Amino acid sequence: MNLHGIFAIYRFEMARFGRTIWTSLLTPVITTTLYFIVFGSAIGRQMGSVEGVPYGAFIVPGLMLLTIFSESIFNSSLGIYMPKFTGTIYELLSAPLSPLETVLGYVGAAATKSVVIGLVIFATAHLFVDLPIAHPLLMPLYLVLVAVAFSLFGFALGIWANGFEQLQVIPLLVVTPLTFLGGAFYSVTVLPEPWRTVTLFNPVVYLINGFRWTFFGVSDVDVGLAMGVTFGFLLLCLAAIVAIFRTGWRLKS
Amino acid sequence: MPEPILTVRGVSKTYKNGPTALKSVDLTVERGEIVALLGPNGAGKTTLISIICGIVTPSSGSITVAGHDALGDYKAARRAIGLVPQELSTDQFESVLATVTFSRRLFGRSADGGHVEQVLRDLSLWEKRHAKIKDLSGGMKRRVLIAKALAHEPELLFLDEPTAGVDVSLRRDMWNLVHRLRENGTTIILTTHYIEEAEEMADRVGVISSGELLLVEEKAALMAKLGKRELDLTLVEPLDAVPDGFDEWHLALADEGHKLRYVFDAKAEETGIPALLQRLGERNIAFKDLETSKSSLEDIFVDLVGEKR
Repeated sequence: MNLHGIFAIYRFEMARFGRTIWTSLLTPVITTTLYFIVFGSAIGRQMGSVEGVPYGAFIVPGLMLLTIFSESIFNSSLGIYMPKFTGTIYELLSAPLSPLETVLGYVGAAATKSVVIGLVIFATAHLFVDLPIAHPLLMPLYLVLVAVAFSLFGFALGIWANGFEQLQVIPLLVVTPLTFLGGAFYSVTVLPEPWRTVTLFNPVVYLINGFRWTFFGVSDVDVGLAMGVTFGFLLLCLAAIVAIFRTGWRLKS
Repeated sequence: MPEPILTVRGVSKTYKNGPTALKSVDLTVERGEIVALLGPNGAGKTTLISIICGIVTPSSGSITVAGHDALGDYKAARRAIGLVPQELSTDQFESVLATVTFSRRLFGRSADGGHVEQVLRDLSLWEKRHAKIKDLSGGMKRRVLIAKALAHEPELLFLDEPTAGVDVSLRRDMWNLVHRLRENGTTIILTTHYIEEAEEMADRVGVISSGELLLVEEKAALMAKLGKRELDLTLVEPLDAVPDGFDEWHLALADEGHKLRYVFDAKAEETGIPALLQRLGERNIAFKDLETSKSSLEDIFVDLVGEKR
């Protein structure tokens, strides 16, 4: 195992994070505050509670995941895309690193960063609402799991992308809409049919409800199914990356 | 006999929807050698290097580096290799020291500050170690790339077009560095399309053209072949045939009899030119212009390919 190599990549990626640390940490704090002003105070006052959870607290897991998704994808895809773009990928490809070691370095760093940001949002939310955690062990575990899964997804995306536009198109046109429609700010049970059934085909519904369950012990969907979808997504991304390295697709000619 | 540092057997590469970049190349390089791969642009030099370094997957063939199979035991093989690419591809926002240390660790070595410092000093980069790479000149960036390649103490160093677009002083430094590395036992394989460069640095020269390694020879032997020059005399009066009495020069007519061409060896003690000019004077064959030219690399390749077939 080339531990030095893994840590070299990890530290390189974390240094990129460090160069923009204030914007990286301040942005989620400000965004969360804005969401709380708009949804929590302005609209939430009329909303009362959802499934017994005050609305302000109800949106916290969705808010965290919204940022976790985009940060994981952004950091991981940029991490592997930039060497392709600048040409420094030659060094990575000629280094004595296995695919697993390469992925551990990039995905590890991207996931670390988004978990940190997720926790910053969690801390900020505490300033506005009471947040009792029903499953204090599962909550951080779930957070890490989702961060890793989306970092893997971002890694595959970064290898696929041939330009900065392609890098942004999936997060903007697929992930963000699915998140907003995935019950980040509402319970899918309030939707009328047929939209309620349609929504159940959105995988993000399961991710958000699984995470919300670790907070409040309530979920719109079966918790086992939610966990299954989360693991399934992780395995799918992992399989895609294994296939990429096997074939050298978009990495080696 | 010690095992060679590099053995390439029947390596070929055909790109998808593309031409055949390499046609069954065989090459053996002994430890401590400096080998230059000489060839025009697009000949397959970079493809060959990229395959050995693991950046391009070969279509067929096998490669052994320092006794390790480059495909099966790729980690051990790659640890022995350092690569300086042709393009100036660097991370813009890193410092020199950070990027060189990164390379060392990427290749599985602990961040030994001593070796990194030595490499940076050897390349006159130590003073600039805290500078961001984006603030360096092109020549300094190339030095950084060399430092990165040497950071993990490779046994086999590849220099892909090391002096392309490089100023005279850096070219000098580069040649000195190559000689110094050899003294420390590093094997070096470099590509170039300058004959002078191959001549200056290499022990053996391989000539590569259209994906074929035409020959690999000791430098001296090849330089004799490559050292041919042409003398063209533009005549005042065109000739129908080469006149008698010039047999020893093997002259030829060119440009419909307007030019008399003499091919000579620039490295020979006697080029035969003074005698030729004297003989022309004696025969009253007047000429109004005189020029000598090196046979171009392309001409040499044509000759070599012709010779081989």
